[in-house]
Amino acid sequence: MSGLRRALTYAGLTALTAVIVFPLYYAVAGSLMTDRELTTFPPALFPSGVTLQNYVDVLDAIPLVRQYANSIGVALVVVAGVLVTSLLSAYAFVFLRFPFKRTLFALFLLTIMVPGESLIIPNYLTVSNLGLLDTFPALTLPFLAMGFGTFLLRQFFAAFPREIYEAARMDGCTHLRFMFSILTPLSRPALAALAIYAFIATYNKYFWPLLVTRTPEMQTLQIGLSQLRSLEAREPGLILAGVTLAIIPMLILIYFFQRNIIRGLTTGSGK
Amino acid sequence: MSVAVKAGPSTGGGPASAPAPKRRRYDRREVTAAALLLLPSMAIFAVFAFYPLVRTFWLSVHANDLLGLPTRFVGLDQYVEFFSNSELRRITLTTGIFVLLTALPSVVIGVFLALTLQARIRGINVFRTLMSTPFGFSAAATAVVFAVFFNPAVGVFNGILKMVGLDSVNWLTDPTYALPSLAMVCVWSNVGYTLLVASAGLQGIPDELYEAARIDGAGRWTVVRKIVLPLLTPTMFFLVVIMTINSLQTFGEIHILTGGGPNGSTTTLVYGIYQSAFAYGGSNYGLASVQAVVLLLVVTAATVAQFRVLQRKVFYG
Repeated sequence: MSGLRRALTYAGLTALTAVIVFPLYYAVAGSLMTDRELTTFPPALFPSGVTLQNYVDVLDAIPLVRQYANSIGVALVVVAGVLVTSLLSAYAFVFLRFPFKRTLFALFLLTIMVPGESLIIPNYLTVSNLGLLDTFPALTLPFLAMGFGTFLLRQFFAAFPREIYEAARMDGCTHLRFMFSILTPLSRPALAALAIYAFIATYNKYFWPLLVTRTPEMQTLQIGLSQLRSLEAREPGLILAGVTLAIIPMLILIYFFQRNIIRGLTTGSGK
Repeated sequence: MSVAVKAGPSTGGGPASAPAPKRRRYDRREVTAAALLLLPSMAIFAVFAFYPLVRTFWLSVHANDLLGLPTRFVGLDQYVEFFSNSELRRITLTTGIFVLLTALPSVVIGVFLALTLQARIRGINVFRTLMSTPFGFSAAATAVVFAVFFNPAVGVFNGILKMVGLDSVNWLTDPTYALPSLAMVCVWSNVGYTLLVASAGLQGIPDELYEAARIDGAGRWTVVRKIVLPLLTPTMFFLVVIMTINSLQTFGEIHILTGGGPNGSTTTLVYGIYQSAFAYGGSNYGLASVQAVVLLLVVTAATVAQFRVLQRKVFYG
């Protein structure tokens, strides 16, 4: 590649990247500016000085630390639940022989196809009737099993050498022991992909937590964040500080675990 | 202690162990183990997927009182109401336009970005990582950042328009602009995902194909058009379906940015469900369930189409 061409390629990619990254840049830069700076014309793109006042203010506006803990706690519980339930069921579908296997697997696939929004009314009523509104279980219980998780692990296990399984069983290895001491260690990439997928999906949930939580102390970060929206004209800096805090864990995940994420994303795309 | 149980019919172990027909015989211990292993998932699905699925259909054919309690069977009346009432019919139209404005641009831009990331220069991974940024933004985070951008008086978007001498736009409060503005927000939040998937698809195309085309004197654009895009068709199809489903399910951005307004111009199916069932104290579960069923049928059709086409692709090898 000639020097000029290389320079043009860099320039083009930089311009495209700048457009896409702009909301992130603006969230971080704006969170360090004063509201006066943020509302001037022409729009200020660089902070003239650095102020942390917005971070102080946002912690006052909503119980952000508590909601942060709620979001991460809920996501971790769901990840653990999904890993266990998916591992157990995928194992059964791949290694065991039992009647109605295809029908049962079709039922698992059905849960992938049905949009959660279509089920949200009866689910809300169920949780409400169980007296679980505004509790931790309301946020986690419905998501502890995931059809997609079983699907992903099943595809991975299907490539597992059958001879190893049969040899282990012959030697008297129980199903659970085989699962946890042989299969799991060898399936780390698939489990990691599933864990990250489930974490992101849960951490970012909006509709369900909006419905089943009432008090700010039980709300997740996403709901808290959305309530800052009305401050957009007067205190944009505060909003941007909230966004910056909320997206840090996600950006760490997607920047550092991109390989695992892509593996999870492309399952089912025929790759 | 535990007896080795091998898969296969030979472990029947009964006294009359004549070779049984292969398919029929199951090992009882193995079946029990399978049942126990499937139980946790099945229990969750039973309560939070299968029961509500049936219940949604049931609610959609029953009228309800002001508290949302079902009263009497009304058959398809509520469906007829949904499709004949012009305000409700508009929801279907709005959903269609929103999907069109969101899904296709998300895929086209994602594929375009993935193609630019094929450039063989140092540091390309840094560009890819940075470009995947929107994928890290939740619906709520995306919506509140864009709320700041969209502010008519002090937001960056009108600031830019003013700098180039154009009139300000009421991005979210003008019925003409509200839906496209929302679509723009969603396209931004989708391109991180679509470019990652498209990049993965491009990496599956062997380098030799490019080399061979180059040697034959094909130009850059010809290689893309004649070789890369055709080979990327399965990936692009996957993305179109996923993005269609994704835009059908969009809720957070709408709830935070427009609340379905102005004048219902951004009320899609999912938002209609929310409004009928949960907003303004209106517990019209019957009408909301009709919309839930319509949403369900559209999304399921899209997913089935995807499975079908992908299966056909697998046969091509």
